Amino acid sequence: MKFTLSWLTDHLATKAGLDEILALMLKAGLEVEEVIDPAAKLAPFTVCKVIEAVPHPDADKLRVCQVETVDGMKQIVCGAPNARAGMTAIYAPLGAYIPGLEFALDKKPRAIRGVESQGMMCSTKELEAGEDHDGIADLDDSIPIGTPAAKALGLTDPMIDFEVTPNRPDWLGVEGIARDLAAAGAGRFIRTDPKKIAGSFDCPVEIKLEAPEACPMFAGALVRGVTNGPSPDWMQARLKAVGIQPKSLLVDVTNYISLDQARPLHVYDAAKLRSTIVARRGKAGETLDALDGKTYKVTPDMCVIADASGVIGLGGVMGGASTAVSAETVDVFIESAWFDPLTTARTGRATGIHSDARYRFERGVDPQSCVDGLNMALALILENGGGTASKANVAGAIDARINKVTFYPADVERLTGLVVKLPEMRRILKDLEFDIEDAGDAWYLLPPSHRFDMEQSADIVEEIARLIGYDSLPVTSLPEPAGGRRAITTPIQERVRVSRRVLAARGFLEAVTWSFMAKDDAALFAKHDPALAVANPVASELNYMRPSIIGNLAAAAQKAANHGEPGARLFEVGPIYLGDGPKDQRTVAAGIVRPAPQRHWQGKPQGYDSFAAKADLFAILEALGQPGDRFQVGVPTQPHWHPGQAACLKLGPKVTVGHFGAVHPGVLKALGVDGPMFGFELNLNALPQMKVKSTKTKPVLQRADLTPIRRDFAFLVDDAVPAADLVKHATGADKQLIVSADVFDIYQGTGVPEGKKSVAFEVTIQPREKMTDEDIQSLMDKVVASVATGAGGVLRG
Amino acid sequence: MSDIKTIEKEALAAIAGAADLDALDAVRVAELGKKGRVSGLMGALGKMTPEERKENGPKLNALKVTVDEAVRARKAALEGEALEAQLATEKVDLTLPPAPGPRAGTLHPVMQVFEEIAAIFGDMGFTVAEGPDIEDDWHNFTALNFPEGHPARETHDTFFLDAPEGGLPKVLRTHTSPVQIRTMMSEKPPIRILVPGRVYRNDWDATHTPMFHQVEGLVIEEGIHMGHLKGCLIDFVKAFFEVDNVVSRFRPHFFPFTEPSAEMDVQCLREGGTVEVGKGTDWLEVLGCGMVHPNVLRNCGLDPATHQGFAFGMGVDRLAMLKYGMPDLRPYFEADPQWTRHYGFAPWTTPSVSGGLS
Repeated sequence: MKFTLSWLTDHLATKAGLDEILALMLKAGLEVEEVIDPAAKLAPFTVCKVIEAVPHPDADKLRVCQVETVDGMKQIVCGAPNARAGMTAIYAPLGAYIPGLEFALDKKPRAIRGVESQGMMCSTKELEAGEDHDGIADLDDSIPIGTPAAKALGLTDPMIDFEVTPNRPDWLGVEGIARDLAAAGAGRFIRTDPKKIAGSFDCPVEIKLEAPEACPMFAGALVRGVTNGPSPDWMQARLKAVGIQPKSLLVDVTNYISLDQARPLHVYDAAKLRSTIVARRGKAGETLDALDGKTYKVTPDMCVIADASGVIGLGGVMGGASTAVSAETVDVFIESAWFDPLTTARTGRATGIHSDARYRFERGVDPQSCVDGLNMALALILENGGGTASKANVAGAIDARINKVTFYPADVERLTGLVVKLPEMRRILKDLEFDIEDAGDAWYLLPPSHRFDMEQSADIVEEIARLIGYDSLPVTSLPEPAGGRRAITTPIQERVRVSRRVLAARGFLEAVTWSFMAKDDAALFAKHDPALAVANPVASELNYMRPSIIGNLAAAAQKAANHGEPGARLFEVGPIYLGDGPKDQRTVAAGIVRPAPQRHWQGKPQGYDSFAAKADLFAILEALGQPGDRFQVGVPTQPHWHPGQAACLKLGPKVTVGHFGAVHPGVLKALGVDGPMFGFELNLNALPQMKVKSTKTKPVLQRADLTPIRRDFAFLVDDAVPAADLVKHATGADKQLIVSADVFDIYQGTGVPEGKKSVAFEVTIQPREKMTDEDIQSLMDKVVASVATGAGGVLRG
Repeated sequence: MSDIKTIEKEALAAIAGAADLDALDAVRVAELGKKGRVSGLMGALGKMTPEERKENGPKLNALKVTVDEAVRARKAALEGEALEAQLATEKVDLTLPPAPGPRAGTLHPVMQVFEEIAAIFGDMGFTVAEGPDIEDDWHNFTALNFPEGHPARETHDTFFLDAPEGGLPKVLRTHTSPVQIRTMMSEKPPIRILVPGRVYRNDWDATHTPMFHQVEGLVIEEGIHMGHLKGCLIDFVKAFFEVDNVVSRFRPHFFPFTEPSAEMDVQCLREGGTVEVGKGTDWLEVLGCGMVHPNVLRNCGLDPATHQGFAFGMGVDRLAMLKYGMPDLRPYFEADPQWTRHYGFAPWTTPSVSGGLS
């Protein structure tokens, strides 16, 4: 909402300057967005007189002027054709910034063709104060030297733009702004006294309200014999100052009252109206050719204004072209109605029209202003366009508000900590035009008709607190939390924190990618779920809630490769969506690497592969206190993993906690990225919560005093038997004594039959007490037997 | 036994002249071996008279010790020389690079700032709570006192999911505030929570991204008023910006879910495209806050006559930009390695109030 300071003073008797007004707006909650103060821009410039102007000795088009200025006599070399002795002009001192030229004068005098120039005389265009560029500004000779240029040019009215919060439609009129500023201490509020226009004849236009829930009140009047020429200069100046192009008296009057009173009006060329005006619901099939030149479909959701010709306006949103006023308009019918906010908002959304009328009606227009606004319009039209007015025709009525707000003055201190004396509270509420019925502990308040946001005591507390000023609120640190302190984070957040650090420490860069992905891409990762499709995506490639992070990371890794980082390691710990319910979201730690070929003087380095991904995944598990040997490796259960070079990680037969390995080449191809890529996903929600011990004390260290014993084995097994099976059965031979079995060789070839492989591993035994050779041998025999029965392994001779 | 002097002289000369360990060993055997000269003289002692033995015994012993020590010393010297000679052949060029490992990884600044904020509020007794990104209309709007058709709803540029047949569409939460509702409905006061999370609005330009991050705070406790809100948030901005002289101000604003409502600004210096908090005379909006609206309390089954508290919400991406000088919001979500390395944090940095946030 834009207004000028002089406009404000129509409604506010104040001695406050611009800065004070701005400070009070801030205090009252009117958030200033922009201030254009022409006086500030023109501050360096003052009025001067040219005493002498002689031709420059070395330049035909230049004159050397002796100028009397606020800084004394100055010699100024001037190129303007109109520079002459005796002229009253505008002086720019050295160093001044010339807004229209976007540069500042040198701080020291400059020689122009050998003659020193000690300043400049400006055109209004150079000052961004007008269009005259034929020469320098030629002012009235009566203006004294030293007068500020802003004053001399009549540009002293600062324009203020501020944000109107949705609860305060009354701030959409300058009068409403003035009321709040007066209550905030800026001065005295001057209420507009709407002159009642008597009218010399009955309004010939009949008004019928057929949808009172959408348009309960409609005041109208006719002016005969009006001249719809330009509006008066003062009105045009004000409209222009807030960015509205003046059109004609009738249109400008409606715009002016909308801005001054937050009261939208509409004017019809009465000659174009066909019989009675009806405010009713729209009918399917109807259309409106609106004032903006577009045609809109009408629906029964909308409130329309119609005559015998059909729809001639969308109530509270926009009028129609067929009845628009023009320069030829002689008889004008003025509408001052009240439209329901929700209906107006619906119509606005459906049509996409953003009009000033819609903006005001959907937030709430003061019902009181139906008749007052009509009278103001009539007065302005009669005064500036002539004609004779009819009596007002008022159809319907809006019931006076009867619900009072119960306000407990004690709530002010209870909710804000502010101690405010009762008379001060009363003063503020009076200034805001509340009717107060004081019943001691409770006050019964009737809010003014322009306020729609007053329902309960807390609403009144805000009014008092903001007009006292939030600067006065106490500053109190929070007390210690009741019931003592607990851990700050949840177990899941702790897992997020730890896994992020493990991965970053292992060389991964943390990414934060969209929670969205393209629907078609998402289908590569999980079965399509219509509940996860975004109905109004910001971009077509972001139209689905991601079921996996791998797709976004693969795209990012490819992009990084394209930009010269082929081997970047990327990870993200973030959400995936398995459905649209509140429990369908999972927090996943995912990483991806697109390995880049590497060379090294010592030989070819081992690149990132499925086993590297496995190592990274197990590193997270270890850091999270999840023993790695609890998990089983199985065939992947998600479609985006390579069926033979990736695996799922399971906790028992039912719970899958993650995946690792090579991403499916077909998926990479469909995503349009180059393979191979390797990665992992760990569902942090699926991990079991480790038992919280009752004590923080650790158990006594059981030191292994005896030296571990190590023995190598090699077994022949079917090619298809996973190495993990051999390991499981080898360690299973005696879980007390055998602490590990580590595979160190896999061999196929000479000496190993077709379809078999040789798996060699080292078994580590941690004796609890002295073991004899016989003890060790019998344990070895148990290992051989266990691997034979469990995994079909035959010990190689 | 004038021999002794001669033998000693000869033996010492031979030891000194031994060119390598083998030659030295030969000398050692010749003198101190079982059949060596010195051993021979020692063996002859047994045939002497007690008087002769008494005279020659110590001399011979001294000879043996002298020769033995000379052999050992020479051996150590020869071994040292041999090692030096060997090492001289074992030189490697250590300017060569080691086998390649991954470069250091980094943590994303937004995630880091989440942790910084949690550390500060954790120190004030807040605990962290979370809620789902996909919300229903009631939790995201209605319960937060955005009535159906309220113009404030339109300012949220809400993302909707496809509606099920005959049902209402789910929304992507436009703020972290629905977690206030979920917490108040599932927990009994006193409540002091901090809610970090992703939020979504359908807006994409130089200063908006369709997904961004917020932190929400909620305190419902007896006697908590706006002065506590002010104190808590002033404490926060001082700790967060790690500047003692942060000047802040609170101004009235409108949010449907708080009453009274406020926005908080901090004073800053804007210069050359950067913003410095704690200096200058400009103001920068950092967050919205207020006392929890009585309608919101009622919607969660709490009686506003007996329960009260405050809530606040702030945009984490912008706070991160401000504190760490990222000039643009958009690269946050591009996973660009160069950007991430430059603006990211080392993996071992964990923000804490005691150890310094950053």
